[in-house]
Amino acid sequence: MSIDMDVVTLSRIQFGLTAMYHFLFVPLTLGLSLLLGIMETVWVMTGRAIWRDMTKFWGLLFGINFAMGVATGITMEFQFGTNWAYYSHYVGDIFGAPLAIEGMMAFFLEATFVGLFFFGWDKLSRVQHLVCTWLLALGANLSALWILIANGWMQNPVGAYFNVDTMRMEVANFAEVILNPVAQTKFVHTVSAGYVTGAVFVLAISAWYLLKGRHVELAKRSATVAVCFGLAASLLVVVLGDESGYEVSQHQKMKVAAIEAVWHTEEAPAGLTVFGFPDTKDQVTRFEIKLPWVLGLIATRSLDGKIDGIAELIARNAERIRSGMIAYSALEQLRHDRKNPDLMEKFKAHQDDLGYALLLKRYTDDVAQADEKAIMAAANDTVPNVPVLFWSFRIMVALGLGFIALFGAGFYYAVKRRLPEKRTYLKLALLALPLPWISSEMGWVVAEMGRQPWTIDGVLPTFLSASSTVAGNVVVSLVGFVLFYSTLLVVELFLMVKYIKLGPQEPAAPGLATSQGRY
Amino acid sequence: MLDYETMRVIWWVLLGVLLIGFAVLDGFDFGAAALMPFLGKNDEERRIIINTVGPVWEGNQVWLILGAGAIFAAWPHIYAVAFSGFYLAMFLVLCTLILRPVAFKFRSKIPNAGWRRFWDWSLFVSGFVPPVIFGVAVGNALIGVPFTFDETMRMTYTGSLLDLLNPFALLAGLVSSAMTLTQGATWLAVKTDGDVQARAYKTTVAFSLVTAVLFALAGVWVAHGIDGYQIVSAVDPNGPSNPLLKTVTRGPGLWLTNYGTLPITMLVPLLALCGTIIVALAVAVRRPLTAFLGNSLTIAAIIGTIGVSMFPFMLPSSLNPNASLTVWDASSSRTTLIIMAGVAVVFMPIILAYTGWVYRVLRGKVTKAYIREQGGSVY
Repeated sequence: MSIDMDVVTLSRIQFGLTAMYHFLFVPLTLGLSLLLGIMETVWVMTGRAIWRDMTKFWGLLFGINFAMGVATGITMEFQFGTNWAYYSHYVGDIFGAPLAIEGMMAFFLEATFVGLFFFGWDKLSRVQHLVCTWLLALGANLSALWILIANGWMQNPVGAYFNVDTMRMEVANFAEVILNPVAQTKFVHTVSAGYVTGAVFVLAISAWYLLKGRHVELAKRSATVAVCFGLAASLLVVVLGDESGYEVSQHQKMKVAAIEAVWHTEEAPAGLTVFGFPDTKDQVTRFEIKLPWVLGLIATRSLDGKIDGIAELIARNAERIRSGMIAYSALEQLRHDRKNPDLMEKFKAHQDDLGYALLLKRYTDDVAQADEKAIMAAANDTVPNVPVLFWSFRIMVALGLGFIALFGAGFYYAVKRRLPEKRTYLKLALLALPLPWISSEMGWVVAEMGRQPWTIDGVLPTFLSASSTVAGNVVVSLVGFVLFYSTLLVVELFLMVKYIKLGPQEPAAPGLATSQGRY
Repeated sequence: MLDYETMRVIWWVLLGVLLIGFAVLDGFDFGAAALMPFLGKNDEERRIIINTVGPVWEGNQVWLILGAGAIFAAWPHIYAVAFSGFYLAMFLVLCTLILRPVAFKFRSKIPNAGWRRFWDWSLFVSGFVPPVIFGVAVGNALIGVPFTFDETMRMTYTGSLLDLLNPFALLAGLVSSAMTLTQGATWLAVKTDGDVQARAYKTTVAFSLVTAVLFALAGVWVAHGIDGYQIVSAVDPNGPSNPLLKTVTRGPGLWLTNYGTLPITMLVPLLALCGTIIVALAVAVRRPLTAFLGNSLTIAAIIGTIGVSMFPFMLPSSLNPNASLTVWDASSSRTTLIIMAGVAVVFMPIILAYTGWVYRVLRGKVTKAYIREQGGSVY
């Protein structure tokens, strides 16, 4: 077996780019769908037409964004097969199920009712249409649940075992896969980040209208909804992010060590490095500013819990590689002597470390006989990119705290009914528009680059997961995606800006729509 | 009762149901989009055509997404081999599928004629190309695909994009294209009136006949022109999903074996031709919905014919026939199959119920008056 590292690298670049691109549209869909539900509920309950206009206007922008989300989502599903075929074979038994359930439980709901959301205004009663809107929002959020159950399993592969007969991972306990604590905390953290994105989007554009003195009635109400919803969401996202971090510290110790640049295990409780420049080569953090005790308290929620350092974790992983080599060697013999109970017992005793032995395949074809040099090289590979994680995490957290301040102030002004006149605040709110996208993407980077060198933590290394296709194919698709996606993004932004500038449709006699230049 | 063999057969049937659901439902919006530049002579007529599928195409496309998801979950080997083997073909499909939602959404947003023409042809491409490529892929599955596995189940695939374009596969692509275009034309006959409907009727008759002729031709070709596959070693339908434990032979006419073993299955290809007759009669008496259902029967029977001919094979290997993927050795574990079947039993009826409700809400024709009255709030 030979592994073409070009295919692996190109496929990683392609997956990273297409996933981050897809993730530009997903958070806004999550947040805006809920905001649409809230606005329309007010319309149905009060009968005030402005709330219907608000639903339709934000719905129009939602539609442009939703189309891009759907378009780029299909790529993600296909890519596991096209570029990560060995991954699909190795874990499809477990990983495929949440994806298929996502289709049945979420996509059908979302995609069926989005049609009625746009086309059903005249065909349905108010309450019926409202139900459609909420089902659309429910579908979007359920979709996030199932994809994060799948992703959570990649981070913390519970409820599965390696089947010697089929040479792959299979389900042992599906309930554990669904109730995986990493998946659950990731889900709530991610959807609340989506709610923040939706709230900032509505707030920023409303702020722009208020600054321009246009569509004031609609903008005032939209901004008020956005700050209330946004304040709740931004508080949630930080609390649940902390919960997510706690789960990570339980299951992915190397990820936490890398995020916090903990090079060596410290006396408990460990200090938190707020700022610094991690130096991978010398394994130190330069110019660091450290808060004593804080990290130990956050990550272990105790005074005596230790945070394992990177150096200690490398040494531990080297041990796991050695143990995995025993499993690997037993597995090789089992292939020719399937029913041998001694071999089976040997394999079972070490099977949890099989994945670690697979890391050696980068350095030798004869895994069972790998030398010390290969073992150390493979153990060193288990450290993700420390500076990238350190910084993306800090940017994400800083922005998260910033959103609380933004919405907190907005909420205060809204309660005092002085939001439209606070021009400095409105300008800041407008400037905040790109920030939730930055923090969402940083969150993705922390979660997924922090998982490296694994696709399935401790089970399957990334470089083994790729398809055995030729690099030329991946070059074609990668270049194609970059060109195609860039063009689409330009068109999408052009339309968004055009329709934001145009603003909500003023009440007019039917038939005048065309003369207003709207269509 | 829920032994491994039964679960595998259930998931083979369920996969067929999903593919038929996809071809019948997404088929009509693919077909309608591909016919739109030809049956719609001006912007208004084109908008009529687009708005017949506008509210429902997204739901229909989920049949494709779920089909792929179900292959991933229930038949991971097939997912891994087919998607990575057909790499560039899949990339082409993806590009057209990415273009589709955007084209629907963006076209109406600017009234400029050039802008609209661009998205019209984008809709044509995204409606025309995927059925052709899916058909070509199925044609290649019937011939066999050049892949094999090493002992760690890592797959090697030795074909290229051009190898996929062999004459038989191209014929399969045409069958798929013709049946989809017919489906689109019958849908337009149901949902439009006046000139567009008159053109849709003519198109229905033409493509329905083409479908029947090409399907019959493909049948003759399968019987006499290409090799089928057969398992010659003992198989354990309850055995582990390891495709390297059997012996397979290849030879002419082997795709007809099942019809000899179980003669009643010969009804399946005949049903496809019955569907064509129903379409022809329905058009003659101007019953568009019956024509739509008739062609749906044809589509279901064509997909069924492929299933019956190949069973238990799902993706034979031309490079190493022994490594072919079959119902007995390419599935997920029994546990996963049972869990997934449970989810399907609960959710598929719910999905069918609300999908049916949505179609009922949207019933009736899309007319010029409707487009004018709705103005900018439709596509």
